[in-house]
Amino acid sequence: MIANLGYGSLVITFLLSLYGVFAAVYGARRNAPAWVDSARNAMLLTFPLLTLSALSIIYLLVNGNYEVEYVASVTSNSMPMYLKVTALWGGQAGSLVFWTWLMAAFASAVTLRKWDRDREFLPWVIVVALITLAFFLLMIIFFENPFERIWRLPFGQPVKAMFPPAGAELLIQPDGRGLNPLLRHPGMIIHPPMLYLGFVSFVIPYAFAIAALVTGRTDDRWIRLTRRWTLVAWLFLSLGLVLGGRWAYDVLGWGGYWGWDPVEIAAFMPWLTGTAFLHSVMIQEKRGMLKHWNMVLVILTYDLVIFGTFLTRSGVLSSVHAFAQSAIGPLFFVFIGLTLIASVALLLYRWSELKAEAEMTSLFSREALFLLNNLLFLGILVVCFWGVIFPLISELVTGQKVTVGPPFYERATGPQFAALLLLMGVAPLAAWRHSTAKTLGRAIWRPALFSLLVLAAVIVSGVTNWAALLGFWLSAFVASVTLYEFWRGALARHRTSGESLPLALWRLMGRNRRRYGGYIIHLGVVLMAIGVIGIELFQTETQGTIAQGERLTLGRFAIQFDELANFDTPDGRNVARAVVSVYKDGEKVRELYPRRDYYYESQQPMTIPGVRSTWEDDFYVLLVDWQPVSASGATFKVYHNPLVNWLWLGSIIFILGTMVAAWPDKDPETEARMVRRTLVAARA
Amino acid sequence: MENTLNTTSTVRSAGRTKFIVGGLLIVAAVIYLIVSSTQANAQYFLTVDELQAKGSSVSGRDLRISGAVIGDSIQYDASTLTLTFTVAHVPGDNKEIEAQGGLAQVLHEAVTDPTRNRLQVVYNGVMPDLLRNEAQAIMTGRIGEDGRFYADELLLKCPTKYEEAVPEQSG
Repeated sequence: MIANLGYGSLVITFLLSLYGVFAAVYGARRNAPAWVDSARNAMLLTFPLLTLSALSIIYLLVNGNYEVEYVASVTSNSMPMYLKVTALWGGQAGSLVFWTWLMAAFASAVTLRKWDRDREFLPWVIVVALITLAFFLLMIIFFENPFERIWRLPFGQPVKAMFPPAGAELLIQPDGRGLNPLLRHPGMIIHPPMLYLGFVSFVIPYAFAIAALVTGRTDDRWIRLTRRWTLVAWLFLSLGLVLGGRWAYDVLGWGGYWGWDPVEIAAFMPWLTGTAFLHSVMIQEKRGMLKHWNMVLVILTYDLVIFGTFLTRSGVLSSVHAFAQSAIGPLFFVFIGLTLIASVALLLYRWSELKAEAEMTSLFSREALFLLNNLLFLGILVVCFWGVIFPLISELVTGQKVTVGPPFYERATGPQFAALLLLMGVAPLAAWRHSTAKTLGRAIWRPALFSLLVLAAVIVSGVTNWAALLGFWLSAFVASVTLYEFWRGALARHRTSGESLPLALWRLMGRNRRRYGGYIIHLGVVLMAIGVIGIELFQTETQGTIAQGERLTLGRFAIQFDELANFDTPDGRNVARAVVSVYKDGEKVRELYPRRDYYYESQQPMTIPGVRSTWEDDFYVLLVDWQPVSASGATFKVYHNPLVNWLWLGSIIFILGTMVAAWPDKDPETEARMVRRTLVAARA
Repeated sequence: MENTLNTTSTVRSAGRTKFIVGGLLIVAAVIYLIVSSTQANAQYFLTVDELQAKGSSVSGRDLRISGAVIGDSIQYDASTLTLTFTVAHVPGDNKEIEAQGGLAQVLHEAVTDPTRNRLQVVYNGVMPDLLRNEAQAIMTGRIGEDGRFYADELLLKCPTKYEEAVPEQSG
């Protein structure tokens, strides 16, 4: 019953989307506002309808309706309530519904804004949003239906179908198979929604770009309208990536956070083009340049978002994240191809109207450095894309599947990341239009000198790895340039306005949130870089079996195996929990409890590390194996991860900076009106 | 008058050349990075059958092998953290797998069919949580003198239980 309701609602939404596309195009072409309004209502209706579908799935999940295949595949009786609800995105079919639900929510929110001055964009934004929505609904209804049930036939195997085959009865299972224990982690519960939010909200700037191309209103209005959307999309995508890394670090037990897995890269690629886009739109706003380029970037970002969803959902690549071998892969390809061709054709059609209003003259001007930043982001994108499709290409060309692993990505992107860091230090000090080596040098020498002092200090402290020295120097350089910018701005304001320094700093940031939010993001990146250098270049590890009371040494650290307890928990786990004492330089600093949980229903163990975290390093202990009867010996694997917590701190600052940049400004128009009103009042 | 016009246009084209040269240099650098890194890090992705057909021609090279884990063969020496197991041949092509009834079915048949080509694998490290009978293992490493496969990295997926979102387990 509920399953039919949810399914019916999906089908109605699909038909409604098709109608909306038709009505919007017809209304725009015939200049008939009534049709556009009708399309807008259709758009707004998709949200409650998809909410109904999503709620139906959640009802089935919570209620334990295991006759529904999706419910049986991701939940079980012993799972707590919050996991049953979040199992909505625990599997493929459910997460596609979740995707469309978010899409409808965002598109509806956009539709509700005031359109007074931008009326002509409305129908085309609706068209893009609804076509995207309709495509995903098509996938769900025909290929990945979360409401399909299992039916028992009088003869033969049970079948999976939406509606009962002739003579079939519902096959009601007493319990489900449950969510993969590795996914039962807070990071994994919020990681997919964040990524999806990021994916979905990038559709909005794309929709406006297409609307601008169709209507021929090719000034930077579409960019100004979607500036905040882009930042919000980027915020969620960044959050999704960071949470995924944290989850891997906490749960997967390999002492890492990023493995250059195709699915990780799939989420990273739209982030790269999105980041390039965020930078290059500033040049269009300030100087009227790079208009074609911005269109290309936003089109690429949209198609990479769809490609990302496709990569995780098709099994076309030998990724370890997802292997659903389903029919939806080729359809995704067709959709990506069609939207790409249509968008590029539109762009070519408007090519001459998007001419730059100014020329780039100086190699050291800010716009030139921003362009360089864009090239590097795209360079990294090309590396990622190449790595992901290389197995397919090599198979086509030579008949032999050849893959590339993490060392490929590290080697090919490392220099580009370093160059980006350097730019992050130089570009904020370069002036628009004209800037020479001399003017730049005058602005830069102080922070550069300071960073060299930091480098000297690092060398004195005994670091000899040249890559690390370069990385630390670049980090110090960017940090000092950025802090110097804050200092200069606040000091100037303090002098002219007489405000106290902290107040001047606060008001300065409030005046130009995007700029100073961006600087905070840069500081976050610097801290993350320090963490990455620490763990990538200086991680050490050891492993060994030790009896009770014995010690295992790693550098300045040692662990002593104290005891081990083995017990069952009410939620269906068998837990082996070791107690180890951590010694640093011979002194006991902490007790840790690495454990291994065995999930009976899914017959899968899960290794949970014990970690001692400080700003200096993480000491990360895994319980690998133990003697079940005597508890006399146990095997541990131990990692020492220097500076890794700067990565997490940097991520938090990064996210905060993005929030500062995306925080709603007072609308300049309302502000102007307020001022006028005050003036009138004052005069009266 | 004419003169000034001429100078501006030369200045312009000089300015543009500067950017084009700079841009080309960066593109060249990126291409160099990609090509050289690909050559240095390419790994042949082979099935067990293909590996056996190639024989000694691939010894010493970086390889990626996929196979079905035979549960009874898993042996773990916790004191040295040495893991040994045997994998059976499974087809590498997705279409072929699909045609034979899906990955779970293919893995099951591979493990139960004693006539299939098999490969002994040696791995040093933590025993991965997902290693069990009829899991698909994707191993990166080299073939040893003794004909056994020495894996540096071990990725596993278990399609029987979870159709998707089986995350990475590697050592």
